[in-house]
Amino acid sequence: MGETAAQAGRDTLVKIRGLEFSRGDRVIFDGVDLDILRGKVTAVMGPSGTGKTTLLRLIGGQLCPDRGSVQVDGLEVSRLRTGELYALRKRMGMLFQSGALLTDLSVFDNVAFPLREHTDLPESMIRDLVLMKLQAVGLRGARDLKPAQLSGGMARRVAMSRAIALDPMMIMYDEPFTGQDPISKGALVKLIRLLNDALGLTSIIVSHDVQETAEISDYIYVISQGRVMGQGAPDEIERTDSGWVKQFMHGLPDGPVPFHYPAPDYRDDLLQT
Amino acid sequence: MLDWIRKLGRGGLRLFGKLGRGGLFLMATLGGIPAVLRRPGLLVAQLWSVGVLSLALITLSGLFVGMVLGLQGYNTLVDFGAEESLGVAVALAVVRELGPVVTALLFAGRAGSAMTAEIGLMKATEQLSGMEMMAVNPIHRVIAPRYLAGILSMPLLAAIFSAVAVYGGFFVGVGLLGVDDGAYWSQMQAKVDLYEDVWNGVIKSLVFGLVVTWIAVFEGYDTVPTSEGVAGATTRTVVHSAFAILTLDFVLTAMMFGDY
Amino acid sequence: MKQNKTTELLVGIFIVAGLAAMFVLAMQVSNLGSLNQGDSYRVTARFENIGGLKVRSAVTVSGVRVGRVSAINFDNKRFEAVVSMSIDRKYDQFPEDTAASIFTAGLLGEQYISLEPGGADELLADGSEIDLTQSALVLEKLISKFLFSQTSDSGR
Repeated sequence: MGETAAQAGRDTLVKIRGLEFSRGDRVIFDGVDLDILRGKVTAVMGPSGTGKTTLLRLIGGQLCPDRGSVQVDGLEVSRLRTGELYALRKRMGMLFQSGALLTDLSVFDNVAFPLREHTDLPESMIRDLVLMKLQAVGLRGARDLKPAQLSGGMARRVAMSRAIALDPMMIMYDEPFTGQDPISKGALVKLIRLLNDALGLTSIIVSHDVQETAEISDYIYVISQGRVMGQGAPDEIERTDSGWVKQFMHGLPDGPVPFHYPAPDYRDDLLQT
Repeated sequence: MLDWIRKLGRGGLRLFGKLGRGGLFLMATLGGIPAVLRRPGLLVAQLWSVGVLSLALITLSGLFVGMVLGLQGYNTLVDFGAEESLGVAVALAVVRELGPVVTALLFAGRAGSAMTAEIGLMKATEQLSGMEMMAVNPIHRVIAPRYLAGILSMPLLAAIFSAVAVYGGFFVGVGLLGVDDGAYWSQMQAKVDLYEDVWNGVIKSLVFGLVVTWIAVFEGYDTVPTSEGVAGATTRTVVHSAFAILTLDFVLTAMMFGDY
Repeated sequence: MKQNKTTELLVGIFIVAGLAAMFVLAMQVSNLGSLNQGDSYRVTARFENIGGLKVRSAVTVSGVRVGRVSAINFDNKRFEAVVSMSIDRKYDQFPEDTAASIFTAGLLGEQYISLEPGGADELLADGSEIDLTQSALVLEKLISKFLFSQTSDSGR
C-alpha cells in the first residue's frame, strides 16, 4: 500500500478512485481504487464475471461509472466531450478478446485502418508504417490474408499491430491468452513485454491466466466481488497470506471460495423424500 | 388477470423503449451523413453491395411481373374489346403500386437482411466496439454509408423494376398476343400522368427506402450480440419491413390518390 | 481506402440505369412526352354543365388532340362553369366563332372538349372566350326526357 501511495504522482497514468458500477441489480464494482503506473505492465486478475472487461471499458470511456472517478493522463474520462474522448482514445490501444479485426478487410488494410481514418498520410508512407507494425509482431508475410484465414493467436497479433499503429501511450489487453495453444501463448507473452519496453508503452492486462500474466507483469491487482482483494508485485502476491488470493493464484479447488454451491445438509437432502 | 395486464405493460414499455432507441439512432445516423459525403468511397462500396447486387433480382422480377400483368390484363380486357388499354393497365399497376411495393419487399429480403446480419455480426465480434476504441465512430463509418446507399438505391431499383415491367407487358401483349403496338404506347401516354402516377411512385419508393433501411441498420445495431440474436434480428428485419411497407403503402396511397 | 475499379464502374452503371429507367418512365410511359407546356395559349369557355370533365382532359378538333383543360372554375354570379383550355401554339388558326362541346369518348369513357371551327375572319387569341358552347350530356336527364316523351305519347 505504501509503495502505491509513494508512486502516485505524475508517474500514474490511470488513476481510479472509489469506483462504483452496477449493471441492473448486479453490483460489479463497489469501491475500487487502482493505480496504473507509466511504463509498467500492470495486470488485473480475478475470476470470470468479476467485470474485468468492464474495467477496461470504463477506462476507455465506453461506459460511465455510477460513482467515483477514472482519470487517464490527468483527464476525468466520464466528463470528456465526444471530441476530447476520441482524442484520448487515439492515444490508447485496446486488444479485444476476439481480436475484433474488421472481417471485410485484409490484414494489411486492418492495420492501415486507424492510419487512414486519422491521418492524411500518403499511401506509400502508410505502406511503410503498416509493414513496420506487422514486422514487429512477425506477420509481415501475412499481410494479404483475410481475418477468417488467421488462427486465433495470429488474429490477436494482427490486432496488436493495429493497436500500436498510431503509437499510443498505453495498450489494454482483454484476456490475451484465453484459448491459445502454448506456442502462441508464449509468443503473446513475449510480444506484450517486448512492445511495452521497446515502445515505452504502459500496458494493462486483464486476465485469469495466472502463470502467463504473473510472468510478465510488474504489478498485479486481484479483484473479486467488486473489490480489490490483493495487490503487489508478482512475488509479493505469491507470498500473500490472504486465503482468497492464495486460492486464486494457485488454483486450489477448495478454500475461502467453497467447492460446493450453498446447499442444505447432504444427508438431510438425500433422506428427504 | 393482473399478470396479463402487467405483461401488456411490459410489452408496451419494451416497444416504446425500442422506438425511442430507434429514433435516437436515426438522428445519430443522419448526423453521420455529411461525413459520408466527404468520403464517397465508402458510399460507392455500399451502393455496390446494396444496389448492384440487387439488380439482377429486381430486373428479373420486374420482367416477369410485367409479363404476368400483360397476360392477365389481356385475358380480362379482351372480353370487353378493350385490349388496347393493356398498356395503361400494366403501366398504372406497375408505376403506382407494384413497382415501389414489390421492389421494397424484395429489397428488404435481399439487401435489408444482409445489412442486418452484417452489422449484427460486426457487433457480436466486437468490431463496432473496436472501432469506437480506435476513436472511429461506427455510426459514421459503418451505419451512415449503408443508410445513404439504401435510400439512394431504392428509387433507382423501383424505377428499373417499373420500366422493365412495362416492357415485359409490351413483350407479352404486343409481341405474343397481338395488341396494336401504337395503341399500347399511346393509350399509356394518354392516361399515365407524370406527376400523379410516376412522381408519386418515386416518392413511395423513397419513403420505403428510408424506412426499410432504417429498420435493417437499426436491427443490426440493436441486436443481442450472439448468433441467436443475429438470426432473430435478421428475421425481424424482413418481417417488420414487410409490415411497414404494406401499411405505409396504404397510408401513402390514401394521401396521394384519395383526396377527391 | 482503395476502390476496386470494376466496383466503381458497375456502381456507375447501376446509377445510370436507374436514372435512365426514370427517364423512360417520364418520357415513354407518362404524358410528359406528348405535353408541350409553355408553348400554348389560353382560351376560356362557359358551360352550363361540364359533366365529368376534369383538369387535364383533352381538347380535340376533328378527333385530333390540340390541347388540354388547364383549369375549371365556377362563376358565382352567373352560375356557370368556366373552363380554361391551353391550346398548342401550333394550332392558332381557329376562327373566333369556333364552338366548344363536351363529348364522351365511347359510352362509358372519359369526357373531353371538342372544338368545331366556324367561318369568321377573326381568330381566337390568348385570353379569348368561346361563346358558342354545348354542355355535357347527362345520361339521367336524357333518360328522363325520353321516358317523359314516351309517357306523354302514350297518354294522348
